[in-house]
Amino acid sequence: MAFEYAPAPESRAIVDLKSSYGLFIDGEFVDGTGTPFKSISPASEEVLAEVSEASEADVTKAVQAARRAFEKVWGPMPGRERAKYLYRIARIIAERSRELAVLESLDNGKPIKESRDVDIPLVSQWFFYYAGWADKLGYAGRGPDPQPLGVAGQVIPWNFPLMMLAWKIAPALAAGNTVVLKPAETTPLTALLFAEICQQADLPPGVVNIVTGAGATGQALVEHPDVDKVAFTGSTAVGRQIARSVAGTDKKLTLELGGKAANIVFADAPLDQAVEGIVGGIFFNQGHVCCAGSRLLVQESVYDEVLERLKRRMGTLRLGDPLDKNTDIGAINSAEQLARIRELSDVGDAEGAERWSAPCEIPDHGFWFAPTIFTGVTQAHRIAREEIFGPVLSVLTFRTPAEAVEKANNTPYGLSAGVWTEKGSRILSMAEQLRAGVVWANTFNKFDPTSPFGGYKESGYGREGGRHGLASYLKEHA
Amino acid sequence: MASATQSLRRTLEGLPGVDAVGVEARAAGLGTRSIKTTSKQWAIDLAISMVDLTTLEGADTPGKVRALSSKALRPDPTDSTCPPVAAVCVYPDMVSTVREVVGDRLHVAAVATAFPSGRAALDVKLADTQDAVEAGADEVDMVIDRGAFLRGDYTRVHDEIVAVKEACGDAHLKVILETGELQTYDNVRRASWLAMDAGADFIKTSTGKIQPAATLPVTLVMLEAVRDYRIATGRQVGVKPAGGIRTSKDAIKYLVTINETCGDDWLSPDWFRFGASSLLNDLLLQRQKMITGHYSGPDYVTLD
Repeated sequence: MAFEYAPAPESRAIVDLKSSYGLFIDGEFVDGTGTPFKSISPASEEVLAEVSEASEADVTKAVQAARRAFEKVWGPMPGRERAKYLYRIARIIAERSRELAVLESLDNGKPIKESRDVDIPLVSQWFFYYAGWADKLGYAGRGPDPQPLGVAGQVIPWNFPLMMLAWKIAPALAAGNTVVLKPAETTPLTALLFAEICQQADLPPGVVNIVTGAGATGQALVEHPDVDKVAFTGSTAVGRQIARSVAGTDKKLTLELGGKAANIVFADAPLDQAVEGIVGGIFFNQGHVCCAGSRLLVQESVYDEVLERLKRRMGTLRLGDPLDKNTDIGAINSAEQLARIRELSDVGDAEGAERWSAPCEIPDHGFWFAPTIFTGVTQAHRIAREEIFGPVLSVLTFRTPAEAVEKANNTPYGLSAGVWTEKGSRILSMAEQLRAGVVWANTFNKFDPTSPFGGYKESGYGREGGRHGLASYLKEHA
Repeated sequence: MASATQSLRRTLEGLPGVDAVGVEARAAGLGTRSIKTTSKQWAIDLAISMVDLTTLEGADTPGKVRALSSKALRPDPTDSTCPPVAAVCVYPDMVSTVREVVGDRLHVAAVATAFPSGRAALDVKLADTQDAVEAGADEVDMVIDRGAFLRGDYTRVHDEIVAVKEACGDAHLKVILETGELQTYDNVRRASWLAMDAGADFIKTSTGKIQPAATLPVTLVMLEAVRDYRIATGRQVGVKPAGGIRTSKDAIKYLVTINETCGDDWLSPDWFRFGASSLLNDLLLQRQKMITGHYSGPDYVTLD
């Protein structure tokens, strides 16, 4: 007797997918002058739509539109009026949440249960939260009458396409800035649907502009002389290039980059919940999470027990069609990313770590990687140091709290960390010593618009979310 | 004796803790599984076969109990493919009435040991148990002494279960933890372990007389306990959530939770039961809907 779950696919019919999409500039969809590119479904490799590429000239048009909107409409508009638009956008997102979730899962490959229950609800919450700030900027900690910076050029990654858009656009708009945003080239579709939502909300033209394209478009945007503020989320390598190109200009910069977070399990942890946290920490969104708990540090005395529980739990993960409501692990976002995950995993093998993968059937088409753990990993292994950005967990051990802290901090990154223990005082002492922007205790990967998020060291600088997230979009009152 | 008490306490309090937020989130996650078409059909039949059809009222009469017993044998009189339930669950004085109707085709469960409060002397509880077994019960649902558990007298709880188990003879013993009174998940895990160590064949959430009765997170903690106990000792123990499970949708969430916590081995009436009364009719309505394609209504299932 075995309990098989019949397919339970969410319908695609709710999404009105167009065959081609233009750029969103000055409140209108216009054709780009670059070479159009295709966005595919990573689960099936099916072409979803053709998307315009924004050339340097198109980026300039978008920045000019943003500048006009900033000077004539959005900048002078009282905060309470801006708030109305943001509330309206938040409500429309909530109302169209199923449509957005389906499109996000189609274009990104993430399971519908995540886009439906995590991504899209957070997107709506982010707009609601910052809408509330728009008329209260005097309390944001930047003086009594802080002023917006102007035009923000924002470049976001493919792992949480719409959520990263919300993290960038909501605080920028609340503070009175206008934006030109470039979504990732593999996941542009929900940003373009968001552009339609801006039209539906009657947002004044030019306040939000979306330019699609790859690295060259992003570079044209961040290097544009009329951009006042650059916000980037993505890899540390690209973050470095951006920091170099912005250096010596008046542009403000925030970077949210990579991570190699330690998820630390003490012997007195609530083990079943810790295992859930380990699984959620690294396999949520196929591990395409900058704050993923990609290094598991287990106290040696419970190592065997934790590993046994972890493998058993991984055996129940369901990999497959992202639109199936029972799918836990979706597709890897691109062939390129899959190659990177495979390459680093092979390095793990070559360096002598022991690989174990959950027994999943891998579909014939699309990009897939079974949830995998490496045991016998030490600080000297590349898979303990480099960000894999995939469903691959490196397992290390420690003996004492001091050793756990030392190993957790021994990384060029510092975005997040997790601590699992039933002892409250240990949670506090660990949180004090861990050099990470977020420390989760007895949970992992929890996000809230009120909570600032950002990194130490090579994980970037600046904070997004909460009151701190506003500071990145406001001038200090003179 | 004092050292045995201490060692029992150390064992129970040394079990891994349960994080309440985490276990509730996990249960909620399992509750979002979408069980459709053939899986739903399969799950509904399995759930029907796991029901301990229960009446535990002061107003119970032989007539009422006979009606319930007939329904237990043939839950859907219009459909011979519908499986019978697992057992009928009554007070000890009604056991012989149930036996007259069901013969040995179904299990007969009796609540004993001064159910539901358990507030009686041990010899009274044992006499209650023997009475039920002599009347023909092959399953006994006992209650633990929650007062003793909460004041830390684990030995007393343990020894009482051992004594009742002995009084049961060949009858299966289900040990009711009354999780609504134990309140914390840590207590649920400790009481589960204690009951299993004392010889329970099943651990059961609730009497149905205290709110909250069965919940999905509590049942999840108990399923984790039986899974871990079998790994530790080799002995498999069953689980019975009771009270508050009224819809097919809820029942299916429990089956999903078994499936993804313990696996196939517990997906059988020998190892998992639902203590319920109104649940059965909802399962039957859903079953008819799956077969005919349309909903009938409350007049198309029997009331008893």
